[in-house]
Amino acid sequence: MYVIGERINGMFKDVRQAIQAKDKSIVQGLAKQQMGSGAHCLDVNVGPASDDPVSTIQWLVETIREVSDAPLAIDTTKAEVMAAGLKAAGPGSVVNSTTGQQAKLDALLPLAAEYDASVVALTIDEKGIPRDASGRVEIALRVVAAAMEHGISPDRIYVDGVIIPISADQMTPTHVLNTIAQCKMLSDPPPKTILGLSNVSQGAIYRELVNRTYMVMALAHGLDAAIMDPMDSDLMDAMITAELLLNRNVYCADFLKAYRASAG
Amino acid sequence: MSFEVPVEKWSTAVSAVTLGATAAEGGTRTSTVALGGATTLPFLHFEGQIPNRPVVAMEVLDSAPKEWPEALAKPFEGVLGDPAAWARKCVEEFGAEAICLRLVSAHPDNQNTPPEHAAEMVKQVLGAVGVPLIIWGCGDDAKDNEIMPRASEAAAGENCALGTARQENYKTITAACLADGHKLITEAPIDINIIKQVNILVADMGLSTDRIIMYQATGGLGYGMEYAYSIMERARLAALSGDKMLSMPMLAVVGSEAWRAKEAKAPDAEGAQWGPQAKRGPIWEAVTANCFLHGGVDMIIMWHPQAVQLVKRTIDGLMQR
Repeated sequence: MYVIGERINGMFKDVRQAIQAKDKSIVQGLAKQQMGSGAHCLDVNVGPASDDPVSTIQWLVETIREVSDAPLAIDTTKAEVMAAGLKAAGPGSVVNSTTGQQAKLDALLPLAAEYDASVVALTIDEKGIPRDASGRVEIALRVVAAAMEHGISPDRIYVDGVIIPISADQMTPTHVLNTIAQCKMLSDPPPKTILGLSNVSQGAIYRELVNRTYMVMALAHGLDAAIMDPMDSDLMDAMITAELLLNRNVYCADFLKAYRASAG
Repeated sequence: MSFEVPVEKWSTAVSAVTLGATAAEGGTRTSTVALGGATTLPFLHFEGQIPNRPVVAMEVLDSAPKEWPEALAKPFEGVLGDPAAWARKCVEEFGAEAICLRLVSAHPDNQNTPPEHAAEMVKQVLGAVGVPLIIWGCGDDAKDNEIMPRASEAAAGENCALGTARQENYKTITAACLADGHKLITEAPIDINIIKQVNILVADMGLSTDRIIMYQATGGLGYGMEYAYSIMERARLAALSGDKMLSMPMLAVVGSEAWRAKEAKAPDAEGAQWGPQAKRGPIWEAVTANCFLHGGVDMIIMWHPQAVQLVKRTIDGLMQR
């Protein structure tokens, strides 16, 4: 599974303070820790309360680049911030994210094409969040078609079925699992699938337990990637074990150690 | 209508391991061999790089074999009891690219020779040939733990391959490897999960993964050949997909395994319907080796010089781009 580390986000107190104080060490520490824990890519988000998101995303990206070459997911809703982030991060980045709304697709897909980036696409459109799997899959198909029109291959798209906190809605988790499975049949090559994993446990007490249980269920339905906390070692262990059970890696007695040795 | 060959893009190369240390490197070898390094499946030159051709090593036993059929013993007339002369003949006449010295006499059921004898044998063979050396134990764990450190020490600095480390017995040989700067052959009983675990165990002792060669107890046809082949293929696929604990080059022991079969071993009187043993034996050995070439093997340990010739010619052909 492609792991995108979620920690460099201004909504976390330490990152917000680091941004305000221009303290590189916190950001660089989080970059190294997440990559060292097995992340493949780092999400970068200036946070909700930023007064100069364009400069901030540039500063975050440049700060990370001093210590890591890892692909970066530029996490913003604003097109100009996305452009600045992609430009600073270089090719192989991830647009995080677009929705299925036409205006968003028109603004963000050309950027993705220009900067050779993958695209996270939330299955939301002008009507909002669909009620079931088929509504989500319909949006996914439209996004894939639009991407292809911009010369972006379907397998650069990561469809996010928009998981809702379990405390708010207990039917959506199943709809999202079915969405993940059905995305495999949309095209050849099919789009990939992704989850913002922590969202499922928002407001719950047993956050880590809920996160890792859902992640394993999603992997069994074919999930390709997740934005998650790679420093949650129980979560990573569950991911490694699930992949083994799906015959994605060769088993050996010390399979957790083997996975981490390969990741390093 | 033109056909575009579909090409796979693998994420990782097989590790590269060299054997033999020249004078510049602190040894006395006049040649070295490089194993592994491929970026695709065996011989698919259109898909990736195969920088090193599979190496053909010949096996030398440290005492004369008692049960070799005439067809096998004849090319080695006069040298079978003398490992140095045997090794020299293998290199100078038969084109062996490396020598595998198997310390059979140390086995308690053989002559139970002491560790000093093993060290002496190693020194003699090192003095006789300039090609890289593989030092293989006698197969008895307790005895090997006595002889291998001494043999390893006798070859310190020559960058040999020491065989083998198994799940049940790996610590002594790995320590010797680390102490004397050699490479290690890890072994499993045709089991991909166990070889991966052995690689982890030796890596935990501080041996870097680029100092390991993997060996699945290869059997000939009728003795698990297809299973060994499929395990090699699976390991190679895992290596190319990024599994660092399976990314090592592989070796196959073909000489002893192929000649175990009655198709190779049966004398002319018994195996008349199969043709003369002088031809049949080497062909059986060569074809067994060829099978493993396609599984991804990087080094083959062989017995009969005619089989060696056949296999080297096959490799020439397979390495043509």
